[in-house]
Amino acid sequence: MISTPRRRVATGFVHLVLGAIALVFAAPLLWLVTAAVDEKAGLRTELPEQPGPANLLAVLDWEVGLLPMLNGLLLAGGAAVISVTLAALAAYPLSRYQLRFKRPFLYVVLFATGLPMTAVMVPVYSMFVQLDLIDSMFGTMLFLAATSLPYAIWMTKGFMDNVPLSLEEAAWVDGASGMQSLRQVVLPLMLPGLSVVGVFTFISAWGNFFVPFTLLLDPEKQPAAVGVFAFFGRAGLESYGPLAAYSLLYTAPVLGLYLIVSRRLGGTFTLAGAVK
Amino acid sequence: MKRVVPLVPAVVLLGIFLVGPVLWTVYLSFTNTALSGAAARSPQFTGLDNFARMIEDPALLNAVWLTVVFTVGSAVIGQNCLGMLLAVLLAGRSRLLRSAVGGVVVAAWVLPELVAAFAIYAFLNADGSLNAVLDWLGLPGQNWLYTAPMAAVVLANVWRGTAFSMLTYQAAMSDVPSDLLEAAQMDGAGPLRRFWHVTLPTIRRTVLSNLLLITLQTIGVFALIYVLTAGGPGEASQTLPLLMYEQAFVFREIGYGTATALVLLLVGGVFAAVYARTLREELR
Repeated sequence: MISTPRRRVATGFVHLVLGAIALVFAAPLLWLVTAAVDEKAGLRTELPEQPGPANLLAVLDWEVGLLPMLNGLLLAGGAAVISVTLAALAAYPLSRYQLRFKRPFLYVVLFATGLPMTAVMVPVYSMFVQLDLIDSMFGTMLFLAATSLPYAIWMTKGFMDNVPLSLEEAAWVDGASGMQSLRQVVLPLMLPGLSVVGVFTFISAWGNFFVPFTLLLDPEKQPAAVGVFAFFGRAGLESYGPLAAYSLLYTAPVLGLYLIVSRRLGGTFTLAGAVK
Repeated sequence: MKRVVPLVPAVVLLGIFLVGPVLWTVYLSFTNTALSGAAARSPQFTGLDNFARMIEDPALLNAVWLTVVFTVGSAVIGQNCLGMLLAVLLAGRSRLLRSAVGGVVVAAWVLPELVAAFAIYAFLNADGSLNAVLDWLGLPGQNWLYTAPMAAVVLANVWRGTAFSMLTYQAAMSDVPSDLLEAAQMDGAGPLRRFWHVTLPTIRRTVLSNLLLITLQTIGVFALIYVLTAGGPGEASQTLPLLMYEQAFVFREIGYGTATALVLLLVGGVFAAVYARTLREELR
Protein backbone atom coordinates (compact mmCIF):
# COMPACT_ATOMS: atom_id res chain seq x y z
CA MET A 1 0.00 0.00 0.00
CA ILE A 2 1.32 3.41 -0.96
CA SER A 3 1.97 5.77 1.91
CA THR A 4 0.69 9.20 0.97
CA PRO A 5 0.99 12.20 3.30
CA ARG A 6 -2.79 12.17 3.71
CA ARG A 7 -2.79 8.54 4.71
CA ARG A 8 -0.01 9.16 7.20
CA VAL A 9 -1.99 11.98 8.81
CA ALA A 10 -5.01 9.69 9.00
CA THR A 11 -2.95 6.91 10.58
CA GLY A 12 -1.49 9.34 13.09
CA PHE A 13 -4.98 10.52 13.98
CA VAL A 14 -6.23 6.96 14.48
CA HIS A 15 -3.26 6.19 16.74
CA LEU A 16 -4.01 9.32 18.75
CA VAL A 17 -7.66 8.31 19.23
CA LEU A 18 -6.70 4.75 20.19
CA GLY A 19 -4.09 6.04 22.62
CA ALA A 20 -6.62 8.36 24.25
CA ILE A 21 -9.20 5.56 24.62
CA ALA A 22 -6.60 3.21 26.11
CA LEU A 23 -5.52 5.91 28.57
CA VAL A 24 -9.09 6.55 29.74
CA PHE A 25 -9.70 2.80 30.13
CA ALA A 26 -6.45 2.30 32.03
CA ALA A 27 -6.89 5.21 34.45
CA PRO A 28 -9.39 3.59 36.87
CA LEU A 29 -7.46 0.31 36.79
CA LEU A 30 -4.20 1.95 37.80
CA TRP A 31 -5.57 2.94 41.19
CA LEU A 32 -6.13 -0.70 42.15
CA VAL A 33 -2.43 -1.39 41.66
CA THR A 34 -0.93 1.77 43.16
CA ALA A 35 -3.26 1.79 46.17
CA ALA A 36 -2.69 -1.91 46.88
CA VAL A 37 1.03 -1.42 47.48
CA ASP A 38 0.77 1.99 49.16
CA GLU A 39 0.49 1.82 52.93
CA LYS A 40 -0.87 5.38 52.97
CA ALA A 41 -3.19 5.01 49.99
CA GLY A 42 -6.06 7.40 49.35
CA LEU A 43 -8.50 7.40 46.46
CA ARG A 44 -6.09 8.99 43.98
CA THR A 45 -3.80 7.21 41.60
CA GLU A 46 -0.34 8.30 42.66
CA LEU A 47 3.10 6.89 43.12
CA PRO A 48 3.02 4.98 46.42
CA GLU A 49 3.93 7.31 49.24
CA GLN A 50 4.96 4.44 51.47
CA PRO A 51 5.32 1.25 49.43
CA GLY A 52 5.06 -2.04 51.24
CA PRO A 53 3.21 -5.34 51.58
CA ALA A 54 1.22 -4.32 54.70
CA ASN A 55 -2.10 -4.02 52.81
CA LEU A 56 -1.87 -7.49 51.38
CA LEU A 57 -0.76 -8.96 54.71
CA ALA A 58 -3.73 -7.26 56.39
CA VAL A 59 -6.26 -8.96 54.11
CA LEU A 60 -4.54 -12.36 54.26
CA ASP A 61 -6.13 -12.66 57.69
CA TRP A 62 -8.18 -15.88 58.05
CA GLU A 63 -11.58 -14.32 58.67
CA VAL A 64 -11.14 -11.24 56.50
CA GLY A 65 -9.66 -12.75 53.36
CA LEU A 66 -8.71 -16.41 53.42
CA LEU A 67 -11.98 -17.98 54.56
CA PRO A 68 -14.07 -15.97 52.06
CA MET A 69 -11.62 -16.97 49.30
CA LEU A 70 -12.01 -20.63 50.27
CA ASN A 71 -15.80 -20.30 50.42
CA GLY A 72 -15.77 -18.67 47.00
CA LEU A 73 -13.63 -21.50 45.66
CA LEU A 74 -16.06 -24.06 47.06
CA LEU A 75 -19.17 -22.28 45.74
CA ALA A 76 -17.83 -21.42 42.29
CA GLY A 77 -15.88 -24.66 41.91
CA GLY A 78 -18.86 -26.75 42.98
CA ALA A 79 -21.18 -24.83 40.65
CA ALA A 80 -18.74 -25.34 37.77
CA VAL A 81 -18.45 -29.10 38.37
CA ILE A 82 -22.24 -29.55 38.64
CA SER A 83 -22.90 -27.38 35.62
CA VAL A 84 -20.33 -29.08 33.37
CA THR A 85 -21.46 -32.58 34.40
CA LEU A 86 -25.15 -31.93 33.81
CA ALA A 87 -24.43 -30.04 30.58
CA ALA A 88 -22.31 -32.87 29.19
CA LEU A 89 -25.05 -35.40 29.98
CA ALA A 90 -27.80 -33.23 28.55
CA ALA A 91 -25.85 -32.30 25.44
CA TYR A 92 -25.39 -35.93 24.41
CA PRO A 93 -28.97 -36.77 23.38
CA LEU A 94 -29.40 -33.22 22.03
CA SER A 95 -26.37 -33.62 19.82
CA ARG A 96 -26.70 -37.28 18.78
CA TYR A 97 -30.37 -38.24 18.52
CA GLN A 98 -33.35 -36.99 16.58
CA LEU A 99 -35.83 -36.03 19.28
CA ARG A 100 -39.26 -34.56 18.71
CA PHE A 101 -38.96 -31.93 21.43
CA LYS A 102 -35.35 -31.01 20.59
CA ARG A 103 -36.05 -27.72 18.85
CA PRO A 104 -38.45 -26.33 21.47
CA PHE A 105 -36.11 -27.51 24.23
CA LEU A 106 -33.10 -25.76 22.71
CA TYR A 107 -35.25 -22.72 22.11
CA VAL A 108 -36.11 -22.56 25.82
CA VAL A 109 -32.45 -23.09 26.75
CA LEU A 110 -31.41 -20.25 24.49
CA PHE A 111 -34.20 -18.06 25.85
CA ALA A 112 -33.02 -18.79 29.40
CA THR A 113 -29.45 -17.74 28.58
CA GLY A 114 -30.78 -14.26 27.99
CA LEU A 115 -33.06 -13.82 31.00
CA PRO A 116 -31.76 -11.30 33.56
CA MET A 117 -31.26 -13.42 36.68
CA THR A 118 -31.37 -10.34 38.92
CA ALA A 119 -35.11 -10.25 38.32
CA VAL A 120 -35.77 -13.59 40.03
CA MET A 121 -33.63 -12.97 43.11
CA VAL A 122 -36.50 -11.73 45.30
CA PRO A 123 -38.72 -14.75 44.55
CA VAL A 124 -35.68 -17.04 44.82
CA TYR A 125 -35.07 -15.65 48.28
CA SER A 126 -38.68 -16.30 49.22
CA MET A 127 -38.51 -19.77 47.69
CA PHE A 128 -35.30 -20.56 49.60
CA VAL A 129 -37.06 -19.53 52.81
CA GLN A 130 -39.91 -21.94 52.01
CA LEU A 131 -37.51 -24.78 51.17
CA ASP A 132 -35.36 -24.03 54.24
CA LEU A 133 -32.34 -23.49 51.99
CA ILE A 134 -31.48 -19.98 53.22
CA ASP A 135 -27.91 -19.84 54.48
CA SER A 136 -27.16 -23.20 52.85
CA MET A 137 -23.95 -23.21 50.83
CA PHE A 138 -25.09 -26.28 48.94
CA GLY A 139 -28.39 -24.61 47.98
CA THR A 140 -26.54 -21.49 46.84
CA MET A 141 -24.14 -23.65 44.84
CA LEU A 142 -27.04 -25.44 43.14
CA PHE A 143 -28.66 -22.13 42.27
CA LEU A 144 -25.40 -20.75 40.83
CA ALA A 145 -25.03 -23.95 38.79
CA ALA A 146 -28.61 -23.66 37.54
CA THR A 147 -28.15 -20.04 36.39
CA SER A 148 -25.13 -21.06 34.29
CA LEU A 149 -26.64 -24.30 33.05
CA PRO A 150 -28.54 -23.00 29.99
CA TYR A 151 -25.41 -21.40 28.62
CA ALA A 152 -23.33 -24.45 29.54
CA ILE A 153 -25.75 -26.78 27.71
CA TRP A 154 -25.74 -24.52 24.66
CA MET A 155 -21.95 -24.32 24.50
CA THR A 156 -21.39 -28.00 25.26
CA LYS A 157 -23.81 -29.06 22.55
CA GLY A 158 -21.90 -26.84 20.11
CA PHE A 159 -18.60 -28.49 21.02
CA MET A 160 -20.14 -31.96 20.90
CA ASP A 161 -21.60 -31.38 17.43
CA ASN A 162 -18.01 -30.97 16.23
CA VAL A 163 -16.97 -34.43 17.39
CA PRO A 164 -17.39 -36.70 14.32
CA LEU A 165 -20.02 -39.42 14.70
CA SER A 166 -17.83 -41.95 12.88
CA LEU A 167 -15.45 -42.26 15.85
CA GLU A 168 -18.35 -43.17 18.07
CA GLU A 169 -19.79 -45.67 15.61
CA ALA A 170 -16.61 -47.67 15.93
CA ALA A 171 -17.24 -47.89 19.68
CA TRP A 172 -20.86 -48.91 19.09
CA VAL A 173 -19.75 -51.70 16.80
CA ASP A 174 -17.57 -52.93 19.65
CA GLY A 175 -20.70 -53.10 21.77
CA ALA A 176 -20.38 -49.89 23.79
CA SER A 177 -23.59 -48.19 24.97
CA GLY A 178 -24.35 -44.51 24.37
CA MET A 179 -23.14 -43.55 27.85
CA GLN A 180 -19.98 -45.62 27.50
CA SER A 181 -19.07 -44.04 24.19
CA LEU A 182 -19.84 -40.61 25.66
CA ARG A 183 -17.42 -41.20 28.50
CA GLN A 184 -14.70 -43.05 26.60
CA VAL A 185 -14.78 -41.45 23.16
CA VAL A 186 -16.66 -38.16 23.00
CA LEU A 187 -15.74 -36.42 26.26
CA PRO A 188 -11.96 -37.02 25.99
CA LEU A 189 -12.08 -35.47 22.51
CA MET A 190 -13.84 -32.35 23.72
CA LEU A 191 -11.83 -31.72 26.89
CA PRO A 192 -10.71 -28.26 25.73
CA GLY A 193 -14.33 -27.33 25.14
CA LEU A 194 -15.44 -28.72 28.48
CA SER A 195 -12.71 -26.81 30.28
CA VAL A 196 -13.93 -23.61 28.62
CA VAL A 197 -17.46 -24.28 29.85
CA GLY A 198 -16.11 -25.02 33.33
CA VAL A 199 -13.96 -21.91 33.44
CA PHE A 200 -16.83 -19.80 32.19
CA THR A 201 -19.18 -21.11 34.89
CA PHE A 202 -16.50 -20.66 37.53
CA ILE A 203 -15.78 -17.06 36.50
CA SER A 204 -19.43 -16.03 36.46
CA ALA A 205 -20.14 -17.72 39.82
CA TRP A 206 -16.99 -16.25 41.39
CA GLY A 207 -17.93 -12.76 40.26
CA ASN A 208 -21.57 -13.05 41.31
CA PHE A 209 -22.29 -10.82 44.26
CA PHE A 210 -26.08 -10.58 44.37
CA VAL A 211 -26.78 -14.32 44.74
CA PRO A 212 -24.65 -15.05 47.85
CA PHE A 213 -25.48 -11.59 49.22
CA THR A 214 -29.18 -12.49 49.33
CA LEU A 215 -29.08 -16.24 49.96
CA LEU A 216 -26.34 -16.53 52.59
CA LEU A 217 -26.55 -14.84 55.99
CA ASP A 218 -23.70 -16.25 58.09
CA PRO A 219 -20.46 -14.25 57.53
CA GLU A 220 -18.56 -17.53 57.94
CA LYS A 221 -20.18 -18.88 54.77
CA GLN A 222 -19.79 -15.80 52.59
CA PRO A 223 -17.59 -16.02 49.50
CA ALA A 224 -14.96 -13.43 48.58
CA ALA A 225 -17.48 -11.41 46.54
CA VAL A 226 -19.41 -10.58 49.71
CA GLY A 227 -16.24 -10.46 51.83
CA VAL A 228 -14.72 -7.72 49.71
CA PHE A 229 -18.02 -5.82 49.73
CA ALA A 230 -18.29 -6.05 53.52
CA PHE A 231 -14.74 -4.75 53.69
CA PHE A 232 -15.73 -1.83 51.45
CA GLY A 233 -18.62 -1.05 53.79
CA ARG A 234 -16.40 -1.05 56.86
CA ALA A 235 -13.49 0.71 55.18
CA GLY A 236 -12.81 4.10 56.70
CA LEU A 237 -10.54 6.64 55.09
CA GLU A 238 -7.45 4.75 56.13
CA SER A 239 -8.51 1.39 54.65
CA TYR A 240 -8.41 2.10 50.92
CA GLY A 241 -5.04 0.40 50.56
CA PRO A 242 -6.27 -2.91 52.03
CA LEU A 243 -9.47 -2.62 49.95
CA ALA A 244 -7.42 -2.39 46.76
CA ALA A 245 -5.22 -5.28 47.90
CA TYR A 246 -8.30 -7.38 48.68
CA SER A 247 -9.73 -6.52 45.26
CA LEU A 248 -6.56 -7.75 43.55
CA LEU A 249 -6.55 -10.93 45.63
CA TYR A 250 -10.18 -11.53 44.68
CA THR A 251 -9.48 -10.80 41.01
CA ALA A 252 -6.38 -13.00 40.73
CA PRO A 253 -8.06 -16.41 40.15
CA VAL A 254 -10.38 -15.00 37.49
CA LEU A 255 -7.58 -13.22 35.70
CA GLY A 256 -5.38 -16.32 35.79
CA LEU A 257 -8.10 -18.58 34.40
CA TYR A 258 -9.01 -16.04 31.73
CA LEU A 259 -5.40 -15.75 30.57
CA ILE A 260 -4.95 -19.53 30.40
CA VAL A 261 -8.15 -20.13 28.47
CA SER A 262 -7.88 -17.13 26.14
CA ARG A 263 -4.30 -17.99 25.24
CA ARG A 264 -5.44 -21.44 24.18
CA LEU A 265 -8.53 -20.34 22.32
CA GLY A 266 -7.76 -16.89 21.01
CA GLY A 267 -9.43 -14.44 23.34
CA THR A 268 -13.05 -14.65 22.31
CA PHE A 269 -13.84 -17.85 24.14
CA THR A 270 -16.87 -16.57 26.00
CA LEU A 271 -18.51 -15.77 22.70
CA ALA A 272 -18.34 -19.29 21.34
CA GLY A 273 -21.84 -20.25 20.41
CA ALA A 274 -23.46 -17.15 21.85
CA VAL A 275 -23.02 -14.70 19.04
CA LYS A 276 -22.73 -15.61 15.44
CA MET B 1 -37.43 -43.12 26.13
CA LYS B 2 -34.09 -44.37 27.42
CA ARG B 3 -32.41 -41.87 25.16
CA VAL B 4 -33.68 -38.87 27.11
CA VAL B 5 -32.53 -40.15 30.53
CA PRO B 6 -29.28 -38.09 30.43
CA LEU B 7 -31.41 -34.97 30.08
CA VAL B 8 -33.23 -35.61 33.35
CA PRO B 9 -30.73 -34.17 35.88
CA ALA B 10 -30.41 -30.90 33.92
CA VAL B 11 -34.17 -30.63 33.49
CA VAL B 12 -34.74 -31.22 37.21
CA LEU B 13 -32.19 -28.58 38.24
CA LEU B 14 -33.54 -26.05 35.74
CA GLY B 15 -37.08 -26.87 36.78
CA ILE B 16 -36.47 -26.29 40.49
CA PHE B 17 -34.14 -23.31 40.32
CA LEU B 18 -35.16 -21.43 37.17
CA VAL B 19 -38.69 -22.35 36.13
CA GLY B 20 -39.74 -22.61 39.78
CA PRO B 21 -38.70 -19.05 40.69
CA VAL B 22 -40.30 -17.65 37.54
CA LEU B 23 -43.64 -19.26 38.39
CA TRP B 24 -43.18 -18.26 42.04
CA THR B 25 -42.64 -14.67 40.83
CA VAL B 26 -46.03 -14.68 39.18
CA TYR B 27 -47.70 -16.11 42.30
CA LEU B 28 -45.97 -13.80 44.80
CA SER B 29 -46.74 -10.66 42.87
CA PHE B 30 -50.46 -11.29 43.54
CA THR B 31 -49.92 -11.53 47.32
CA ASN B 32 -48.98 -9.20 50.16
CA THR B 33 -46.09 -11.42 51.32
CA ALA B 34 -43.71 -9.61 53.68
CA LEU B 35 -40.35 -10.39 55.20
CA SER B 36 -41.67 -10.05 58.76
CA GLY B 37 -44.90 -9.42 60.66
CA ALA B 38 -48.37 -10.92 60.14
CA ALA B 39 -48.11 -10.81 56.35
CA ALA B 40 -44.97 -12.97 56.56
CA ARG B 41 -46.71 -15.74 58.52
CA SER B 42 -49.89 -15.87 56.47
CA PRO B 43 -49.67 -13.93 53.22
CA GLN B 44 -53.00 -12.99 51.64
CA PHE B 45 -53.95 -13.25 48.01
CA THR B 46 -54.53 -9.64 47.05
CA GLY B 47 -55.36 -9.90 43.37
CA LEU B 48 -54.21 -6.97 41.31
CA ASP B 49 -53.54 -4.72 44.32
CA ASN B 50 -49.76 -4.67 43.80
CA PHE B 51 -50.18 -3.70 40.17
CA ALA B 52 -52.78 -1.03 40.91
CA ARG B 53 -50.37 0.38 43.47
CA MET B 54 -47.48 0.23 41.02
CA ILE B 55 -49.27 2.25 38.37
CA GLU B 56 -49.64 5.10 40.84
CA ASP B 57 -46.19 4.72 42.38
CA PRO B 58 -43.90 7.56 41.23
CA ALA B 59 -40.86 5.54 42.38
CA LEU B 60 -41.66 2.81 39.85
CA LEU B 61 -42.15 5.25 36.99
CA ASN B 62 -38.86 6.88 37.94
CA ALA B 63 -37.10 3.49 38.03
CA VAL B 64 -38.48 2.42 34.64
CA TRP B 65 -37.30 5.68 33.11
CA LEU B 66 -33.83 5.44 34.69
CA THR B 67 -33.52 1.82 33.54
CA VAL B 68 -34.26 2.96 29.99
CA VAL B 69 -31.72 5.80 30.27
CA PHE B 70 -29.13 3.43 31.76
CA THR B 71 -29.67 0.74 29.13
CA VAL B 72 -29.86 2.99 26.09
CA GLY B 73 -27.07 5.28 27.29
CA SER B 74 -24.56 2.71 28.48
CA ALA B 75 -25.31 -0.34 26.31
CA VAL B 76 -27.08 0.57 23.07
CA ILE B 77 -25.15 3.80 22.53
CA GLY B 78 -22.05 3.58 24.73
CA GLN B 79 -20.80 0.00 24.64
CA ASN B 80 -22.14 -0.76 21.18
CA CYS B 81 -20.77 2.30 19.39
CA LEU B 82 -17.47 2.46 21.27
CA GLY B 83 -16.98 -1.29 20.77
CA MET B 84 -17.66 -0.91 17.05
CA LEU B 85 -15.31 2.09 16.84
CA LEU B 86 -12.53 0.16 18.56
CA ALA B 87 -13.03 -2.89 16.35
CA VAL B 88 -12.87 -0.71 13.22
CA LEU B 89 -9.86 1.34 14.33
CA LEU B 90 -7.93 -1.71 15.51
CA ALA B 91 -8.52 -3.70 12.31
CA GLY B 92 -5.29 -4.04 10.38
CA ARG B 93 -3.13 -2.26 13.00
CA SER B 94 0.09 -3.73 14.30
CA ARG B 95 -0.09 -6.68 16.66
CA LEU B 96 1.44 -4.64 19.46
CA LEU B 97 -1.15 -1.88 19.21
CA ARG B 98 -4.00 -4.38 19.00
CA SER B 99 -2.94 -6.26 22.10
CA ALA B 100 -2.06 -3.11 24.08
CA VAL B 101 -5.32 -1.23 23.45
CA GLY B 102 -7.46 -4.37 23.33
CA GLY B 103 -5.81 -5.67 26.51
CA VAL B 104 -6.66 -2.57 28.55
CA VAL B 105 -10.27 -2.58 27.35
CA VAL B 106 -10.65 -6.32 28.05
CA ALA B 107 -9.04 -5.94 31.49
CA ALA B 108 -11.92 -3.72 32.63
CA TRP B 109 -14.31 -6.43 31.47
CA VAL B 110 -12.54 -9.43 33.02
CA LEU B 111 -12.56 -7.88 36.51
CA PRO B 112 -15.33 -9.08 38.80
CA GLU B 113 -18.21 -6.60 38.82
CA LEU B 114 -17.47 -5.43 42.38
CA VAL B 115 -13.81 -4.73 41.70
CA ALA B 116 -14.73 -2.76 38.59
CA ALA B 117 -17.16 -0.79 40.75
CA PHE B 118 -14.47 -0.02 43.37
CA ALA B 119 -12.07 1.19 40.68
CA ILE B 120 -14.67 3.55 39.23
CA TYR B 121 -15.73 4.60 42.74
CA ALA B 122 -12.17 5.69 43.49
CA PHE B 123 -11.84 7.34 40.08
CA LEU B 124 -15.00 9.47 40.33
CA ASN B 125 -14.91 10.19 44.07
CA ALA B 126 -14.51 13.78 45.28
CA ASP B 127 -10.94 12.86 46.31
CA GLY B 128 -10.40 10.70 43.25
CA SER B 129 -8.18 10.73 40.21
CA LEU B 130 -10.60 12.48 37.85
CA ASN B 131 -10.75 15.52 40.07
CA ALA B 132 -6.97 15.43 40.45
CA VAL B 133 -6.64 15.60 36.66
CA LEU B 134 -9.23 18.39 36.41
CA ASP B 135 -7.48 20.27 39.18
CA TRP B 136 -4.17 19.95 37.34
CA LEU B 137 -5.86 21.39 34.23
CA GLY B 138 -7.20 24.27 36.32
CA LEU B 139 -10.82 23.07 36.09
CA PRO B 140 -13.18 22.78 39.05
CA GLY B 141 -13.86 19.29 40.36
CA GLN B 142 -16.96 17.94 42.02
CA ASN B 143 -18.29 14.83 43.74
CA TRP B 144 -19.44 13.15 40.52
CA LEU B 145 -21.20 10.26 42.25
CA TYR B 146 -23.39 12.81 44.04
CA THR B 147 -23.84 15.60 41.49
CA ALA B 148 -24.15 13.44 38.35
CA PRO B 149 -25.07 9.92 39.55
CA MET B 150 -26.71 8.72 36.31
CA ALA B 151 -23.83 9.96 34.17
CA ALA B 152 -21.46 8.23 36.59
CA VAL B 153 -23.18 4.83 36.45
CA VAL B 154 -23.61 5.06 32.66
CA LEU B 155 -19.90 5.83 32.23
CA ALA B 156 -19.00 3.04 34.63
CA ASN B 157 -21.00 0.53 32.63
CA VAL B 158 -19.56 1.72 29.32
CA TRP B 159 -16.09 1.33 30.79
CA ARG B 160 -16.85 -2.14 32.11
CA GLY B 161 -18.81 -3.57 29.20
CA THR B 162 -17.33 -2.18 25.97
CA ALA B 163 -14.93 -5.11 25.60
CA PHE B 164 -17.80 -7.53 24.93
CA SER B 165 -19.02 -5.55 21.92
CA MET B 166 -15.46 -4.94 20.74
CA LEU B 167 -14.61 -8.68 20.80
CA THR B 168 -17.91 -9.55 19.14
CA TYR B 169 -17.36 -7.07 16.32
CA GLN B 170 -13.72 -8.00 15.89
CA ALA B 171 -14.74 -11.63 15.42
CA ALA B 172 -17.51 -10.66 12.98
CA MET B 173 -15.32 -8.32 10.95
CA SER B 174 -12.69 -10.97 10.44
CA ASP B 175 -15.39 -12.87 8.53
CA VAL B 176 -16.10 -10.02 6.10
CA PRO B 177 -14.74 -11.19 2.72
CA SER B 178 -11.66 -9.11 1.94
CA ASP B 179 -12.28 -9.24 -1.84
CA LEU B 180 -15.53 -7.33 -1.29
CA LEU B 181 -13.64 -4.61 0.57
CA GLU B 182 -10.92 -4.51 -2.07
CA ALA B 183 -13.45 -4.29 -4.87
CA ALA B 184 -15.11 -1.36 -3.13
CA GLN B 185 -11.74 0.29 -2.71
CA MET B 186 -11.02 -0.17 -6.42
CA ASP B 187 -14.27 1.61 -7.16
CA GLY B 188 -13.00 4.54 -5.14
CA ALA B 189 -14.91 4.06 -1.90
CA GLY B 190 -13.18 5.64 1.10
CA PRO B 191 -12.94 3.96 4.52
CA LEU B 192 -16.23 5.45 5.75
CA ARG B 193 -18.17 4.32 2.68
CA ARG B 194 -16.57 0.88 2.76
CA PHE B 195 -17.66 0.53 6.39
CA TRP B 196 -21.19 1.76 5.70
CA HIS B 197 -21.85 -0.11 2.45
CA VAL B 198 -19.80 -3.29 2.84
CA THR B 199 -18.85 -4.09 6.43
CA LEU B 200 -22.04 -3.01 8.19
CA PRO B 201 -24.49 -4.85 5.88
CA THR B 202 -22.38 -8.01 6.17
CA ILE B 203 -22.34 -8.04 9.97
CA ARG B 204 -25.85 -6.71 10.58
CA ARG B 205 -27.05 -9.94 12.18
CA THR B 206 -24.17 -9.77 14.64
CA VAL B 207 -25.10 -6.16 15.42
CA LEU B 208 -28.65 -7.23 16.18
CA SER B 209 -27.71 -10.12 18.46
CA ASN B 210 -25.04 -8.03 20.16
CA LEU B 211 -27.58 -5.27 20.87
CA LEU B 212 -30.02 -7.78 22.32
CA LEU B 213 -27.37 -9.46 24.48
CA ILE B 214 -25.91 -6.27 25.95
CA THR B 215 -29.42 -4.95 26.59
CA LEU B 216 -30.24 -8.13 28.51
CA GLN B 217 -26.98 -7.89 30.45
CA THR B 218 -27.57 -4.23 31.29
CA ILE B 219 -31.18 -4.16 32.48
CA GLY B 220 -30.23 -6.52 35.31
CA VAL B 221 -27.11 -4.68 36.54
CA PHE B 222 -27.17 -4.46 40.33
CA ALA B 223 -23.77 -4.57 42.06
CA LEU B 224 -22.15 -1.84 39.96
CA ILE B 225 -24.86 0.72 40.80
CA TYR B 226 -25.22 -0.54 44.37
CA VAL B 227 -21.53 0.16 45.08
CA LEU B 228 -21.32 3.47 43.22
CA THR B 229 -24.49 5.28 44.32
CA ALA B 230 -26.77 2.68 45.99
CA GLY B 231 -29.49 4.17 43.77
CA GLY B 232 -29.10 7.62 45.26
CA PRO B 233 -28.81 10.37 46.11
CA GLY B 234 -32.50 10.01 46.89
CA GLU B 235 -33.80 8.02 43.93
CA ALA B 236 -31.62 9.75 41.34
CA SER B 237 -30.03 6.55 40.05
CA GLN B 238 -32.51 3.93 41.27
CA THR B 239 -33.00 1.56 38.34
CA LEU B 240 -35.48 -1.34 38.52
CA PRO B 241 -33.13 -3.89 40.15
CA LEU B 242 -32.26 -1.40 42.90
CA LEU B 243 -35.90 -0.45 43.46
CA MET B 244 -36.81 -4.13 43.63
CA TYR B 245 -34.07 -4.75 46.17
CA GLU B 246 -35.16 -1.80 48.31
CA GLN B 247 -38.83 -2.80 48.29
CA ALA B 248 -38.13 -6.43 49.14
CA PHE B 249 -35.21 -6.29 51.57
CA VAL B 250 -35.22 -2.76 53.01
CA PHE B 251 -38.97 -2.13 53.21
CA ARG B 252 -39.53 -5.89 53.63
CA GLU B 253 -42.41 -6.08 51.17
CA ILE B 254 -41.58 -9.26 49.26
CA GLY B 255 -44.90 -9.30 47.39
CA TYR B 256 -44.63 -5.77 46.11
CA GLY B 257 -40.92 -6.15 45.34
CA THR B 258 -41.71 -9.27 43.33
CA ALA B 259 -44.34 -7.39 41.33
CA THR B 260 -41.57 -4.94 40.38
CA ALA B 261 -39.31 -7.88 39.54
CA LEU B 262 -42.05 -9.22 37.29
CA VAL B 263 -41.89 -6.02 35.23
CA LEU B 264 -38.14 -6.53 34.81
CA LEU B 265 -38.66 -10.21 34.01
CA LEU B 266 -41.30 -9.48 31.37
CA VAL B 267 -39.15 -6.84 29.66
CA GLY B 268 -36.19 -9.23 29.77
CA GLY B 269 -38.40 -12.06 28.51
CA VAL B 270 -39.43 -10.10 25.43
CA PHE B 271 -35.82 -9.25 24.56
CA ALA B 272 -34.69 -12.83 25.27
CA ALA B 273 -37.41 -14.23 23.02
CA VAL B 274 -36.36 -11.94 20.18
CA TYR B 275 -32.76 -12.96 20.79
CA ALA B 276 -33.59 -16.67 20.70
CA ARG B 277 -35.55 -16.15 17.48
CA THR B 278 -32.65 -14.39 15.75
CA LEU B 279 -30.55 -17.49 16.37
CA ARG B 280 -33.26 -19.99 15.46
CA GLU B 281 -31.40 -21.19 12.38
CA GLU B 282 -28.87 -22.72 14.70
CA LEU B 283 -31.48 -24.80 16.49
CA ARG B 284 -30.73 -27.96 14.61
